[in-house]
Amino acid sequence: MNADAGGAGGAKKAFDFGAVARGPASGGEAAPGGRQAEAQAAGNPSVAALRSRFGTAVLRNQVNAGDEDVVYVEPKRIADVLRWLHDDPGEHYDHLADLTAVDYGGGRALEVVYQLWSIPRRKALRIKCELPLSALEIDSATAVWTGADWLEREVYDLFGIRFRGHPNLRRILMPDNYAEGHPLRKDFPLRGRFSRAEQTRRALSQDPEDYYAPGELGGRAPQMVRDAAEPPEEAEATE
Amino acid sequence: MTTRTVEFQASRTPEMGPGGALVASPAAPFDAPEPDWDSETMLVNVGPQHPATHGVLRLVVELDGETVVSVTPRLGYLHSSFEKLGEYRTWNQIVPLTDRMDYLAPLIYNCAYVMAVEKLMGIEVTDRCRVARVICMEMDRIFSHLLWLGTWSIDVGAFTPFLYAFQQREKVYKLHEALTGARITTSATRIGGMMADLPEGWAAGVREFADGLPATLDEIDGLLTCNAIHVGRTQGIGAISAEDAVAHGLTGANLRASGVPYDVRKDKPYYDYENYDFEVPIGCHGDCYDRYLVRMEEMRQSLRILHQALDRLPSGPIDVDDPRVSLPSKTDCMSDMESMIHHFKLVTEGIPAPAEDCWFSVEGSKGELGMYVVGDGGPKPVRWRIRPPSFVNLSAIPALAEGHLMADLIVINASLDIVLGEIDR
Repeated sequence: MNADAGGAGGAKKAFDFGAVARGPASGGEAAPGGRQAEAQAAGNPSVAALRSRFGTAVLRNQVNAGDEDVVYVEPKRIADVLRWLHDDPGEHYDHLADLTAVDYGGGRALEVVYQLWSIPRRKALRIKCELPLSALEIDSATAVWTGADWLEREVYDLFGIRFRGHPNLRRILMPDNYAEGHPLRKDFPLRGRFSRAEQTRRALSQDPEDYYAPGELGGRAPQMVRDAAEPPEEAEATE
Repeated sequence: MTTRTVEFQASRTPEMGPGGALVASPAAPFDAPEPDWDSETMLVNVGPQHPATHGVLRLVVELDGETVVSVTPRLGYLHSSFEKLGEYRTWNQIVPLTDRMDYLAPLIYNCAYVMAVEKLMGIEVTDRCRVARVICMEMDRIFSHLLWLGTWSIDVGAFTPFLYAFQQREKVYKLHEALTGARITTSATRIGGMMADLPEGWAAGVREFADGLPATLDEIDGLLTCNAIHVGRTQGIGAISAEDAVAHGLTGANLRASGVPYDVRKDKPYYDYENYDFEVPIGCHGDCYDRYLVRMEEMRQSLRILHQALDRLPSGPIDVDDPRVSLPSKTDCMSDMESMIHHFKLVTEGIPAPAEDCWFSVEGSKGELGMYVVGDGGPKPVRWRIRPPSFVNLSAIPALAEGHLMADLIVINASLDIVLGEIDR
């Protein structure tokens, strides 16, 4: 891997703009099949460990930007993979550095990206799951890392990916009643879906009552509408 | 104890059809029952326009008497969709967006962003640039911590340290202005270098600031550290264990106050940080007081790095000599056709980045500041994502504040050192 990075480093002095597209890590792996190679020159032993433990659930792995290990995982198995990476004493990825998603546009699958870091082992690992646009749903990582809560809410808010088992999956940056969709999707226009006039009308017609719903307090189950006069619901709501 | 019931009209949360089209939903009847005044908890809305929320954060607090039962932060008042805007800009045009996120430490954001893009493109910046960026980042770490120190002291009831801290901050503002022409929105970095070389006498100005700061820190130290009111208001408040802090994803001083020595500068060193002599302070109780102590010590450690970086600041070019990213000199453009075409292509087309992704993090003033950049071979990013340290740190506030008094919530919020520009992005 180092030889590849060095090769790209040497090539960068050349005037060749096209070479840039291949990037620092791609010098030796121009063939597309090269990326599928098993645990190819990975700096991180977790990649091989994942392959041996989860077998076909690990779809492929690659090394990006010179030294970053990326593992593509079957979305159905993501909860097991993350749980194992967190709990196994040999892996010990205790710090969820980042959780986000990428939309490449053009109808391609959305990628959910988990950036993991092991504080005691000082190793980084990036796990990716590809979700087709027709099934934007994946298991939540909140049971493994509490910190995944807001990060998953943000991904839901901006990309529309639903996280199964998330305790409180609501919008977080956009207003609860935002009706234009999910802004970071490539099919979402920069100015929004509604016209400026419609956006202004909606902004002016908001009711302050919208922002004082107690049902959302404390991570309890959303209780947006509930009829206090009905005894069974009241009993359920107050626990 | 029951929750007071306030009806929420269903029409306010319209259903969305596929593709985000609005589907009309019927309005629920609004029929508020007579509340049971004796047994209910009280909802208090803190912010978004409240000085103690350090921006436009809104906390919906459920109180039982004066005790916090639950806290629900409501975000998004400052949402500008920087990440979406970034997808419509070339790699260099994104730099001005970065400092608008954390206007308390703009240079750290400028640097972190270009460092991620440079890693993606495989660019090694010059030695002078590396040291200059270290100086910028450490100076802004102090800059940000000084603002935190000032607002923190106001939140715990002391006004004087605020004035002392802001006197020192003013010096950094002047240094920003000398370096970039702007006091807050610095936009100082470019891919492959800086917008300009350090101005003459600038390093001496940083040295003067670094020499003058310890006296102020000692003074504030004397006012706060053993102050009975300050100690009483902060010790044992908002404590979080090391395991919980890691599980919540806390980083920066908030994590280190709980005793976890995770500092990106030490664990994933960049820009020769392994060759600078400095220590990472850690706390042992994880409470507000420890977070205060850790940040105070971090400023002193940053001063050590600052002095070492100023000592080793090499001469030479500050911009990398790489035709992919650096513009040819004006003289060449005017006398040489190839250079003129080169200049034209760089300016009009932008810099192409490989079709790969890169996740790179630095130790920001608020915590681990990650930049995730995804290229597609073109001059604009497919995705530019910021791992926002304040956002993740703030997500722990419900766990930190529950069971404490309402007044302590303000102190806990202040101790987390958040900046809303970056939380809402």
